[in-house]
Amino acid sequence: MQRIIGFLLKYKYFLFFIFLQVIAFSLTVKSHSFHRSKFVNSANAISGGIYNRVNSIEEYVYLKTYNEQLLEENTRLKNELALRLKDSAIWRQDSTKYERQFSFTSGKIIHNQYLRKFNYLTLDKGSDDHIEPDQAVINSLGIIGITNTVNSNYATVLSILNGNAKINVKLKKSEHFGTMQWNGDDYNTVQVIDLPIQANIQVGDSVITGGKSTIFPDGIPIGVITDFVKTNNEYTTINVKLHNDMSAIGPVFIIKNADKDKILQIEETIH
Amino acid sequence: MGDIVKNIGLFLGLLLLQVMILNKINFLGYGNPMLYILFILVFPMKKDRSLFLILSFILGLCVDFFLDSGGINASASLLIAYIRLPVLKGLLNKTEIDFAVFKITNLPFLKLLSFIAIMVFVHHLAFFSLEYFSFKAILTILSRTILTSIFTLILIIFSLLLMTKQK
Repeated sequence: MQRIIGFLLKYKYFLFFIFLQVIAFSLTVKSHSFHRSKFVNSANAISGGIYNRVNSIEEYVYLKTYNEQLLEENTRLKNELALRLKDSAIWRQDSTKYERQFSFTSGKIIHNQYLRKFNYLTLDKGSDDHIEPDQAVINSLGIIGITNTVNSNYATVLSILNGNAKINVKLKKSEHFGTMQWNGDDYNTVQVIDLPIQANIQVGDSVITGGKSTIFPDGIPIGVITDFVKTNNEYTTINVKLHNDMSAIGPVFIIKNADKDKILQIEETIH
Repeated sequence: MGDIVKNIGLFLGLLLLQVMILNKINFLGYGNPMLYILFILVFPMKKDRSLFLILSFILGLCVDFFLDSGGINASASLLIAYIRLPVLKGLLNKTEIDFAVFKITNLPFLKLLSFIAIMVFVHHLAFFSLEYFSFKAILTILSRTILTSIFTLILIIFSLLLMTKQK
């Protein structure tokens, strides 16, 4: 017994070190998995609050860019509306009967990361604003990520620049489906895998979201194909340049899918 | 008492500096300097090391909270906190160090530089290895470790100069 105590005393710092290291290691392993229930996240009141403060100063630098983005989007939407108003019969329908599948909430990215392999963003909206995990985050230029951990006032967003993010995409021209995943190198370029050879892609083809998941609606822009490698009658790498500049993200929309539960229920009955 | 207040100030100051300013530098798309480990370098040497180990762990964990990075910073910080004494002993060729009078900043410049360089390199190597977590990425890990280490090293030396000048 004395020997054991002697041993413990002799190596107490080493044992203590190992003990803390095991905690740190398990937190790390947990963070590398796709699981949502993460203990260490920036959506808490302290880090969220600090990021919010810093962001309120930083914002001024980007005001001009955000204004231009907003103006462009407004112009695009007004043009679309003008086209629709021609066919105004749709708009005379009883609006109470109209059920929309997707609803949008506005928000702001208050902390951006793009140099790591597993990038997370911090959003200034939380469960108080009806944000839930697994909702799509986009801006006027394209997709940004998926909400991850949600606290009352803040939420973290799994960036599309995260090795864990897999998003269903398709070609705008031919409706061939593939999966988008980031290889961790360049923050302006993402990769598409599993695209069938029949798709017959060309440089410059547009890639949009596929709408096969319950998260992203169909047809949100992502980017254009810049180059691809074809070996053994198979696409091995397809690089897609993002429309978004992931190093400067400000105002965003969070999309809620009202039919999500219904879709999941149906999918469960199939399996 | 003054020592405790000073160290708490250093802890909070470095943490806020790291998360509010340094993590946003994104220098040329390479990475951010990790100045917060300065705390681990200059924390007073004492016989009892448990408080030092705990504080280093918590400091790293705090940075992790801000970066959504699990326990990467905590693990790397804890590692260099644990090897600080052996590294110093090895560098100075001593088996015992007189904790009462010892101060990092009193070291000869070359010894100090190599001490900081070793600590920064080990920290960054651990950091990027845990971040990438794969043998395939070994080249990326090494190149990012070296580049970020240089960046951090320069910042740490400047901060040390500023801190000693004040007295």
